[in-house]
Amino acid sequence: MKKLLIGNQAVAAGLHDGGLGVVSSYPGTPSTEITEFLSKYDDLHSEWAPNEKVACEVAFGASLAGARSACAMKHVGLNVAADPLFTLSYTGVNGGMVICVADDPAMHSSQNEQDSRHYAIASKVPMLEPADSQEAYSFAKSAFELSEKYDTPVILRMCTRIAHSQSIVETTEAIPAVLKDYEKNPSKYIMMPGNAVKRHPFVEERTLKLQELAENCIYNTVEYGTSDEIGIITSGCSYQYVKEVFGDSVSILKIGMPNPLPVNTIKDFASKVQKLYVIEELDPIIENHIKSLGINVTGKEMFSILGEFSQKTIADAFGIKANDSVTADSPVPNRPPMMCAGCPHRGMFYTLAKNKITVHGDIGCYTLGAVPPLNALDTTLCMGASISGLHGFNAARGNETEGKSVAVIGDSTFMHSGMTSLVNVAYNATNSTVIILDNSITGMTGHQQNPTTGYNIKGEVAAKVNLEALCKALGINRVRVVDPYNLKECETTIKEELAIAEPSVIISRRPCVLLKSVKALPSLNVDANKCKSCKRCMSLGCPAISMKNGKAVIDNTLCVGCGVCKQLCAFDAIN
Amino acid sequence: MKTTNVMIVGVGGQGSLLASKLLGRLLIDEGYDVKVSEVHGMSQRGGSVVTYVRFGEKVYSPIITEGEADYIISFEKLEAARYAKYLNKNGLIVVNTQQIDPMPVIIGAAEYPAQVLDELTAKGIHIEALDALSLAEQAGSSKAVNIVLMGKVAKQFDISYDKWIKAIENTVAPKFVEMNKKAFDLGYNS
Repeated sequence: MKKLLIGNQAVAAGLHDGGLGVVSSYPGTPSTEITEFLSKYDDLHSEWAPNEKVACEVAFGASLAGARSACAMKHVGLNVAADPLFTLSYTGVNGGMVICVADDPAMHSSQNEQDSRHYAIASKVPMLEPADSQEAYSFAKSAFELSEKYDTPVILRMCTRIAHSQSIVETTEAIPAVLKDYEKNPSKYIMMPGNAVKRHPFVEERTLKLQELAENCIYNTVEYGTSDEIGIITSGCSYQYVKEVFGDSVSILKIGMPNPLPVNTIKDFASKVQKLYVIEELDPIIENHIKSLGINVTGKEMFSILGEFSQKTIADAFGIKANDSVTADSPVPNRPPMMCAGCPHRGMFYTLAKNKITVHGDIGCYTLGAVPPLNALDTTLCMGASISGLHGFNAARGNETEGKSVAVIGDSTFMHSGMTSLVNVAYNATNSTVIILDNSITGMTGHQQNPTTGYNIKGEVAAKVNLEALCKALGINRVRVVDPYNLKECETTIKEELAIAEPSVIISRRPCVLLKSVKALPSLNVDANKCKSCKRCMSLGCPAISMKNGKAVIDNTLCVGCGVCKQLCAFDAIN
Repeated sequence: MKTTNVMIVGVGGQGSLLASKLLGRLLIDEGYDVKVSEVHGMSQRGGSVVTYVRFGEKVYSPIITEGEADYIISFEKLEAARYAKYLNKNGLIVVNTQQIDPMPVIIGAAEYPAQVLDELTAKGIHIEALDALSLAEQAGSSKAVNIVLMGKVAKQFDISYDKWIKAIENTVAPKFVEMNKKAFDLGYNS
């Protein structure tokens, strides 16, 4: 049956139909839906792990036990899972294992633009890269066989445009999940030096075998065009843009297995075309490989290392005239993403900004505290860095900053990698103040459960981490809970904890307003007769409040009645 | 057969994903090759969002670039102006006249170009504007703006009225079917 599936749903269907037994993941755009769709199957075990390293190790354990397993993450998640990945390359697998990683060229929802293909090369693990949902399905399904045959984990690389584009998929018969026997095999699975030293030659031999496979496999395909003038080597979504522009008029070598890359296939293709181009998003990985073979090719001098491509990128580069278009004369203001009306983070950020506190931020919806008018953040690096960064900041400047700087981190991010950073604050004793923004959900990626919510991936009741008890157990004696809708309580608590000469945690607790379980309160309204146009309420950056004819007005379709603006109004105009 | 390009644009949270899901499902049933490119993640938080729907005999790229769109369905006035350059010279913009101020306008750092649709019309762009929010509220929910707009644009595609209604029945939750059918009719007959 033909179905219209986003790439990530096709990956989920492919993994399931390939006989998947266990999947463990941490959410991250653009990879999240792979595991969300897998959680709808009842014939496999699915879970949200606290972070990608845990997820990858769970998948390894399941593979060791004989199940076909998978984990999914965004590109920066693979940094976290890199530790198990590099040694998994040595141990190999028992049941087939697939690591799905989704890159985000153009950084639609990411903090960097790293190219995951480097990981496949560095860890010497084969990588597959689909160019549409049909390939996402069939590559994911076939990856288990590849994994078991070559005794290696397989990385399946997605990118935003493949992960989040729907195209037509025809599924094939599902392979039932089976458990292979587990046999103790210390020389293969205990990677201490004496064993690892014997596994490394295996890895190198495996790479040679995979290179042979790369010359003749379903993943790399050649299409000869009606003319031999132009030959293009490309992969992933770039292939679609090339076909859009050139149709069947040029010859194309589509690389669906970016590691290891073929040699003879490329030499043969290059010899049959007059001029060779390589079109790949992000880093020149295929290009450098082609050049290392002594073949003349044009790549990054024509196609940027930055961002993502389109059919226009390619048409422009080849001097093909673009369609005419019309634009408005008036400037069109930007519409950046922002915190929602009633977002529980807003009251806390307003308080921090008002008191001119240096704020070490983290990864989540609350990164939006950085944008005007709040401008509340000083730094955001990676998951967990708020707390460790604050500790280092205070270690460098001592008393000067301890009383006026904080870290802010969400509940899910704290579970992911904030805990170890908090241990470091307690153990190495800076007087740091950490604010956990507990909105009872993993927000930015679209509402996934986590160990602090009390529910698992299927929405069933699960063990719930008690954040207060956890922080105390990690060595923090001062742990307080505030309601971020109460500005006075926020301000008093922050000032008291910053003044105290010992580490402390403030838990700012209020569920995300977008949760179905959260009922909106009646919308507030501005009494235009009382409004003195002071714009104090505007300093919150609430999308529901704007100035019309010199007076503040509240959009009743957006306002959820959180009451934070009411607390700011000195003229009692908001009710 | 030429590929038809449809862009659905709006503000994160306005329900454009449901609109593209509905259209995509209908087009695949008509036997077209279809690609739909969605937006997830950060831009969904009140940012400018765009969904591309492409259909024809064989579709390659999942995205639409400047001067290529045959239709732009805009959930908000400013967003119609933002993406107007994607329209081809024979294209049509169907736009909800609702104004949602972006943060730079809210904080007074920029001005909302209130007359922007007239400006585009003056330049020869074919625009059909409607107050989809009022029609949605009339149907029973301000959230049905997406279905009102799909009703408005439905006649542009070679898909029968009955198939649209059937697709709504198959796509939205049972308790909202009647309300959404009403919203579709209000758009269809506007």
